[in-house]
Amino acid sequence: MDNTGTVAVVSIMTAGFTMAIGSLAPAFGEARAISEAMSSIAEQPDAAPTITRTLFVGLAMIESVAIYCFVISMILIFANPFWNHIVAK
Amino acid sequence: MRISSDSNIFWHHGFFKLNLTMVTTWALILVMVAGSRMVTSKLTTGVKIPRWQNLLEIIVVSIRQQLSDTGLKKPAKYLPFIGTLFLFIAFSNLCTILPGYTAPTGSLSTTAALAIAVFVAVPIYGISERGLIGYLKEFLHPNILMLPLNIISELSRTLALAVRLFGNIMSGAMIVAILLMIAPLFFPDLIIALGLLTGMVQAYIFGILATVYIAAATQADGE
Repeated sequence: MDNTGTVAVVSIMTAGFTMAIGSLAPAFGEARAISEAMSSIAEQPDAAPTITRTLFVGLAMIESVAIYCFVISMILIFANPFWNHIVAK
Repeated sequence: MRISSDSNIFWHHGFFKLNLTMVTTWALILVMVAGSRMVTSKLTTGVKIPRWQNLLEIIVVSIRQQLSDTGLKKPAKYLPFIGTLFLFIAFSNLCTILPGYTAPTGSLSTTAALAIAVFVAVPIYGISERGLIGYLKEFLHPNILMLPLNIISELSRTLALAVRLFGNIMSGAMIVAILLMIAPLFFPDLIIALGLLTGMVQAYIFGILATVYIAAATQADGE
């Protein structure tokens, strides 16, 4: 396979694997965070606004890891610098 | 497929490029400033207040309440900065419901600028509250070996702020574009609705994180 083919195959496969593996861990983390928040709201319903607000902040921080993986796979598919370099040659 | 509206250039002269992101940002700023100026030109106190004034009062009071709930003493001092961050991001994400509009927060330039604004504001507020020595001593907590890690955490959380907002908004727009190619009639609408929700949540998250960083920098020892 010539260089163009190699770059294309590796980019596409990496984009797929990045998104697949990179969305597992944040999903597990968010599931744990939400379940703990649920049980603490059930224990102390008066603190529900504070718990909900802190929960959302924590979820956003966990979500951003998944977003980083998404950005990387988007860059690999749509704005790939190696592909532009190889095609320009 | 273009990732953001940065590539849509109207006019350029040497280094400076006027692209769609900047024009959209200026339009948003104009609408927000002109609207607020029109509402606040006729302020009344009393039992019956005009509707728009009521709306603005709700917004300002809620933001101030949230600031003091998150642990920021003297919320009135930080209300302009954090309120502007939240309102600009929320308004620009809300306007995605308009046809033909690309959110400027879907471009890494805008989100990087907002994150750099927070990065610069945290030391400014910290030094104005605690003095230069008091602010710098915070970097040596809990142990002087943590100094490089504290500096790195300052930089990485700025980067995280920028990429989090950019990734969320850009991914919403991109999924709508891809779905338009696959299943045009109903599913893009659902994704646009989800994009509105995540846009509001991300605006709130940006504001709350800026508040938490400023609160961590301005709290006095022992509080």
